[in-house]
Amino acid sequence: MEPMVLTPISKERLLDLYQENRSSLSADDSPAVRANREKALDSFRKLGFPDKKMEDWRNTDISKSLGLAYDYPLQPSEEDDMQKVFRCNIPHLDTAVIGQLNGWFVSKDVPLMELGNGIIIGSLAEAMKKYPHLVEPHLGNYTDVESNGFAALNTAFATDGTFIYIPDGVKSEKAVQLVNVIQHRENIFIQSRNLIILGKEAKLTVVHCDDSYDHQPSFSNIVTEIVVGEGAFLDHYKLQNLNNNSTLVSSTWFHLEREAKLESHYLSLNGALLRNNTYVRFNGSFGSANIYGLYLMDNRQHIDNYVAVDHASPDCISNELFKGILDEHATGVFNGHILVQRDAQRTNASQNNRNLLLTDTAKINSKPFLEIYNDDVKCSHGSTTGQLDETAMFYLRQRGIGEDNARMLLMFAFADEVVSKIAIEPLRYRIEDMVKKRLQGELQICEQCVLHCSTPEHPMEFKIDLSKI
Amino acid sequence: MLLKITNLHASIKGKEILKGINLVVNKGEVHAIMGPNGTGKSTLASVIAGRDVFDVTEGEVLYNAKNLLTLSVEERAREGIFLGFQYPVEIPGVSITNFMRTAVNEIRKYRGLDPMGAGEFLKMMEEKKKLVEITSNLTNRSVNEGFSGGEKKRNEIFQMAMLEPTLAILDETDSGLDIDALRVVANGVNKLRTSENGFVVITHYQRLLDYIIPDFVHVLFEGRIVKSGGKELAMELEEKGYDWIKQQL
Ligand SMILES: Nc1ncnc2c1ncn2[C@@H]1O[C@H](COP(=O)(O)OP(=O)(O)OP(=O)(O)O)[C@@H](O)[C@H]1O
Ligand SMILES: [Mg+2]
Repeated sequence: MEPMVLTPISKERLLDLYQENRSSLSADDSPAVRANREKALDSFRKLGFPDKKMEDWRNTDISKSLGLAYDYPLQPSEEDDMQKVFRCNIPHLDTAVIGQLNGWFVSKDVPLMELGNGIIIGSLAEAMKKYPHLVEPHLGNYTDVESNGFAALNTAFATDGTFIYIPDGVKSEKAVQLVNVIQHRENIFIQSRNLIILGKEAKLTVVHCDDSYDHQPSFSNIVTEIVVGEGAFLDHYKLQNLNNNSTLVSSTWFHLEREAKLESHYLSLNGALLRNNTYVRFNGSFGSANIYGLYLMDNRQHIDNYVAVDHASPDCISNELFKGILDEHATGVFNGHILVQRDAQRTNASQNNRNLLLTDTAKINSKPFLEIYNDDVKCSHGSTTGQLDETAMFYLRQRGIGEDNARMLLMFAFADEVVSKIAIEPLRYRIEDMVKKRLQGELQICEQCVLHCSTPEHPMEFKIDLSKI
Repeated sequence: MLLKITNLHASIKGKEILKGINLVVNKGEVHAIMGPNGTGKSTLASVIAGRDVFDVTEGEVLYNAKNLLTLSVEERAREGIFLGFQYPVEIPGVSITNFMRTAVNEIRKYRGLDPMGAGEFLKMMEEKKKLVEITSNLTNRSVNEGFSGGEKKRNEIFQMAMLEPTLAILDETDSGLDIDALRVVANGVNKLRTSENGFVVITHYQRLLDYIIPDFVHVLFEGRIVKSGGKELAMELEEKGYDWIKQQL
């Protein structure tokens, strides 16, 4: 089937497209999923795409990205070749790799891997058919389609993506690496949907990469719902390395049950326009969430991190640290919303956003928003924006370190506060390496995927050795 | 002649701080610079090191007969100039080991030498730590981050020992040191003293000069060196303060 064409991406065109393809879009739906789809469509009809008049979008302009012409394949194309994706791996890290090409789950021969211990990993569409009792209670349950136009659109249209299920008590030794590669002969619009479920006391590491394969423009609208069950632990990574013509709107809902623990790391290395919506809800007491972000932008790139933490239950701890380095004409937004509900006694919430602006033309808009309905809370927020410290530069150079390397050292040190939070050593080394390359302007979007960039066959030369000895 | 400063004028944001400094330091000499607060001692040190927030408006600085003023901060450092900071800078996220290894190897590169391997480098670190009696694991920590005042100063001398400068300017390295630390720092300096290098020691206290015996003592006042003498000048200042010098002017 030839892909649909959007010229440009507009509400009207998408509504028409939905009407024309209603039956094929919901062909595999259960009644509940179909109802969700219809409801989301109505919502999208009301909301449309966000514009700069909306508070949360005031400093992020997507009109240019929407304005291009895109192919919009409603089914995976036949020629999708997964070999490109499956070569990716992080050395010394035991991972199960899931490949997505243009948002579609690709390994058609084995759409669902069922591991011995009850873990299920694979295509969401397939999981809906085979395990409706696992999927249905969660799919669409956490997404806010009432006020988030992108989420509504995704819910109306998306038919596949990745499904991960970790049963109660199972602690996955293997990390799951979800690699979404974008490659298409024309501009492409992508909507995929992921669902990750951790049962009680389960444990999982997920590394979710978004990569471009070439320089063709793309627009991705990705929605991911994640349930972290009672006492479960999720270590979550989002690695974004798209080309300079690509836009990504990625919305993730984390639903944390009692005593659940979340570590989330957003590492945004490249892309024309990146918007990460992160929603964390403490649905039970004694949960904890650490959310870290690092963004390194230059050129005319734009990054927007919107983080909303909903302390709906007492005795939970949330901690946000987002740091960014913006060079040239890059622009950034940080919106942090902490909501402490009436019954959320003894909440401990902190939020920090720090930015380094390397030029006069780089800009950041950082806005904390604390909404607190309980007296017994500890909340803090801070935001700083500055240049590289002149006295530190002088100190380093006075010891004989050249200006470029002194800048590198300071920038890397700045970024390292976030990178050092990566608990898995092989992954941390790999990310450190990528951050160094990014700061030196040497990071490429890759032939295969971002984690494959510096294989031992292509050792990187550094002007200075930043490694710790 | 190691350093020759002639009629040096420097200003910051249009305000003149140095108003005609003359100073000659020969190899093997130790010069002490004293003077009231805010008279330009640190400014002089920064200008010699090449800090570009200061504008040199007049005068000349020769170092090993080369014009120092055209060199960048790092070139001056690689030529052998070291500044022990009055307020050492905290640099979170950069370990001292990494910092020193980068510095040592950049200086070696400038001098046409191969980079020092990790093993050899760590051995040198251990030796120099002993020299300044650093026993704790300071070197694994971020540069100066969370260090006490005394630890910072000791760390400056450690760095000096690592880089083996030809001209070391120590800006109030003695301030904030307890008596034992003062002795350690002074011993470190004395062990590094040779007939080939020179020291400029900025201090407010004659006490340091009991340990590091200066060849000359200068009084800097309102941007000029207004009096020079031998080590007995320091004693006299300790006793009488600066008023009698101001009155002579
Ligand atoms: N960055 C700066 N901006 C503005 N003025 C400065 C700056 N640095 C130094 N000054 C001024 O220059 C003058 C000399 O300062 P300097 O630090 O050289 O004094 P000092 O002799 O080292 O004093 P102290 O004994 O207190 O260390 C002071 O008036 C100081 O306020
Ligand atoms: Mg001073």
